[in-house]
Amino acid sequence: MKSFVTHTGILAPLDRANVDTDAIIPKQFLKSIKKTGFGPHLFDEWRYLDHGEPGMDLTQRVKNPDFVLNQDRYENATILIARENFGCGSSREHAPWAIEDYGFRVILATSFADIFFSNCFKNGLLPIVLSGETIDRLFESTYTNNGYALTIDLENQSITLPSNEKISFQVDTFRKHCLMNGLDDIGLTMQHSESIKAFEKTYYQKNSWLL
Amino acid sequence: MQAKTLYEKLFESHIVREDAGTYLIYIDRHLVHEVTSPQAFEGLRVNHRPVWRNKSVLAVPDHNVPTTDRSLGISDPISKIQVETLDENCKHFGLTQFPMNDNRQGIVHVIGPEQGSTLPGMTIVCGDSHTSTHGAFGALAMGIGTSEVEHVLATQCLILKKFKTMEVRVEGKLNKGITSKDIALALIGKIGTAGGTGYAIEFTGESIRTLSMESRMTICNMAIEAGARAGMVAVDEVTIAYIENRPFSPKGEAFEKAKVYWKTLHSDKDAKFDKIIKLNGNEILPQVTWGTSPEMVVSIDGMTPDPKKENDLSKRKGIEDALVYMGLEANLPINQISVDKIFIGSCTNSRIEDLREAASILKGKKIAKNIKLALVVPGSGLVKLQAEKEGLDKIFIDAGFEWREPGCSMCLAMNADRLDPGERCASTSNRNFEGRQGQGGRTHLVSPSMAAAASVHGHFVDIRALS
Repeated sequence: MKSFVTHTGILAPLDRANVDTDAIIPKQFLKSIKKTGFGPHLFDEWRYLDHGEPGMDLTQRVKNPDFVLNQDRYENATILIARENFGCGSSREHAPWAIEDYGFRVILATSFADIFFSNCFKNGLLPIVLSGETIDRLFESTYTNNGYALTIDLENQSITLPSNEKISFQVDTFRKHCLMNGLDDIGLTMQHSESIKAFEKTYYQKNSWLL
Repeated sequence: MQAKTLYEKLFESHIVREDAGTYLIYIDRHLVHEVTSPQAFEGLRVNHRPVWRNKSVLAVPDHNVPTTDRSLGISDPISKIQVETLDENCKHFGLTQFPMNDNRQGIVHVIGPEQGSTLPGMTIVCGDSHTSTHGAFGALAMGIGTSEVEHVLATQCLILKKFKTMEVRVEGKLNKGITSKDIALALIGKIGTAGGTGYAIEFTGESIRTLSMESRMTICNMAIEAGARAGMVAVDEVTIAYIENRPFSPKGEAFEKAKVYWKTLHSDKDAKFDKIIKLNGNEILPQVTWGTSPEMVVSIDGMTPDPKKENDLSKRKGIEDALVYMGLEANLPINQISVDKIFIGSCTNSRIEDLREAASILKGKKIAKNIKLALVVPGSGLVKLQAEKEGLDKIFIDAGFEWREPGCSMCLAMNADRLDPGERCASTSNRNFEGRQGQGGRTHLVSPSMAAAASVHGHFVDIRALS
């Protein structure tokens, strides 16, 4: 996993609440048995006017000019900002894979769905919860300033605005540690394999019908 | 001893270790399907890691299997590769799988309980958000992502934080024709799709206690639509009677021993929940969603909302966008909405009781002329066989429905079953998101009897008014 320490990038405003994982990456792209290549189909049904299928020639597709990611000013955006309950619905990890593969490193929203939130951290993506007021303000600044960019500092848990104002954010200590060091959860848990074996011994003695 | 909620009992009995509020939780059952597992198995292979406990895994292809004649195999080459990849992975790692042509194959959340593979007291995970279904058995069941699927395969554990606890208490008796699907939708209408975020929900109260196991599975299945990763119901005699004599459930002395433990799986009398939501079962009417989120729901006697009456600008925009997508006017009575397609199926409502409920409405009737397609997709091969034994297939076919092979089908339209742009569907599934049942498709979530009644009348009707 890519580690995340600091990141500076342009914001793309996705002004919607309840953005579900079906919208983030539609079902026809879940047939892939790989973890990569989902970026071109991120928000496929909003981003294109024609119906997308895996393996299509992207240069032939009809882009929806109204969709935020198709606007020149957001072309190089690496921070996505949205409203509440981002990532609700299906548990598909293809959603954070698509967001990361597209080039985003950070998502700002007033709230996230639980499974999606957890999936982000496994893929080098940082989801940050901010107050409704802050999100409103960032949307406004993004709309009024071309190339509006932020710097995210994970270690100090702070966001620096172009005005040099700093906004702090919360992040779970364990998740922060893993993300900053690009650590693989499985490797970490494997270090406790003796504890798992010890647990199993007692557990199956007590719950022998599960053997 | 401190009074505990059911969630706390289940969580605490599976703690392997704790480090500053981050827990390593032992997992008893791991259900696996073809869509969210290939990358996890690939990860194991690349790192030369074995599966920690093969016995804990039950695998089945369900999301993109065809529901039509399977003797020809899967025509979509990409779907075919994915299903074959699951076959190969199960063979390679020595895992139990019900392959596509096994009559035990079906939707992962239908077959787990059906096989007795889902038991009270277990921690159960699957790379699918509707894993909350299994909480109906007094189990801690939740959906996980693919990285976590790999983590559980490799270590038998999951890294978790404790959820907050929410009691959803449904007191009073349900009226005739009201199902647990209606309770679930009414709850989501009340608390919203993020209302349960960060919580594990326990459903309690008289209305819940009188539900069958299958109805309890329906309501727990929809906990995730309320934002809660886990939903659960305490164990009682109904739970225990359901489990007895299932292929994977304990037998004889082991069953008796398990029963003693299972009966402790309820919240203690004085247990404290972080939040309590009360619903009166007696006041719940048949529910129909009108928009593009399960929280956009009203009773059958209601109307689509009027965005002008919403003062919150962001919510107003949400209502306007949803009405446009759904092709509906504001203030339109729900019973004037006509539909093009009917889908009876999904992990929410494809079990035998759901099919009986729909068939009881359809007996001797025909679907309306405006219905282009009406599908029944049983939840498993065994549900299908049972329905055929009871003659339900004939009732559906005589009414004009197509009787299909089991799978997820048009709930998410990964296979050939889908809505065309602009088509409107009365669906017993769980999500009415934009494009969920096919790009441009319009979904209205309802109970099986409401879907069946809509098929006969061509539009939504109040099943309470039918004789």
